[in-house]
Amino acid sequence: MNQLQNFTKGFFKENPILVLVLGTCPTLATTTSALNGMGMGLATTFVLIGSNVVISLLANVIPDKVRIPAFIVVIASFVTVVDLVMQAYVPSLYETLGIFIPLIVVNCIVLGRAEAFASKNTVLSSLIDGVGMGLGFTMALGILGTFREIVGSGSIFGFKFIKGDGILVFILAPGAFIALGYLIAIINRFRRT
Amino acid sequence: MAKIESSFRNMVLSLTFISLGASVALGFVHEFTKEPIEVSKLKKKIEAVKMVVPEYNNDPVVEMFKLPSEWGDSLDVYPAKKDNEIVGYGVKTYSKKGYSGKITLAVGFKPDGTIINITVLEQKETPGLGTKMALPAFVNQFIDKDPSSFQLKVKKDGGQVDAITAATISSRAFCDAVQNAYSTLKKGDLK
Repeated sequence: MNQLQNFTKGFFKENPILVLVLGTCPTLATTTSALNGMGMGLATTFVLIGSNVVISLLANVIPDKVRIPAFIVVIASFVTVVDLVMQAYVPSLYETLGIFIPLIVVNCIVLGRAEAFASKNTVLSSLIDGVGMGLGFTMALGILGTFREIVGSGSIFGFKFIKGDGILVFILAPGAFIALGYLIAIINRFRRT
Repeated sequence: MAKIESSFRNMVLSLTFISLGASVALGFVHEFTKEPIEVSKLKKKIEAVKMVVPEYNNDPVVEMFKLPSEWGDSLDVYPAKKDNEIVGYGVKTYSKKGYSGKITLAVGFKPDGTIINITVLEQKETPGLGTKMALPAFVNQFIDKDPSSFQLKVKKDGGQVDAITAATISSRAFCDAVQNAYSTLKKGDLK
């Protein structure tokens, strides 16, 4: 497979959020601001790259019948690494993302890529797939977070440029659904043409 | 290399080795991050204490002690001393009556019980409504008040606190947490 295509498919053609609509739970919950969304995206990217590489390395020594538990052990280890490292070096972001960091373990994207891609492809392709998918996920979360932060609290990256409160609903859960819905609609419009 | 067969022996072996590898790796990461995690937690504590008590020259975090609260558990009290004289107490208090989960505050008291300052350590209230409890507009009305004469209740409940618009429950929880800190200190006979 063409490695460039392999890389870019995560952004547009097979974007995990906007096209595959996988892993929407952390997407809706953590995108209250641009920084939170991107932090979550990067944490997931790290786990995706790590688990993709390790799983493609181990694919041949994992018997088919126990592949899911084996994948989960690998993924959970990477998530724990992220959890500890974030707690140590970016405690404030760690606190805002809270429970959603450990929950990366059950994120459909990570297990989905392990099962559908990494276990069947070479290490290099899996690495590129992980980077592409992870950054695509981060991009989607970044866009959503930026939009919600601008509209909902009138600020961008914590820098306030509108006085007052903004449209509160966009910070709350319903606003997340509305924003994500419109974002997917826009992407679909472009994909058709 | 061909894929190995799903025999019982192979399954047990592969899972054992993967788990073993994962545990070793995690052990290393844990060792490596243990210290920075401790340091960042300690830093946060010190910053919170500094926010709510006057200037001190002892180490309140080391001298921290626990006082039993009215709810059967205990609160952390950080005594701030200047030249061995108590200048204030920082109390880490909480309330479970918030709109969504626990809110944790650090409240500073003068030795006579007057509130010095309050800072919000942890809350999950509604963004834009309940979260305003952390803003000076709300917190400032507590500063320099003595809870023995200042009713720590929102005006709707017959107290003297101006609740945040559309966030009465969060305001109530805030008052509840401050009251808890005050009663605990009082009961501990430190005044």
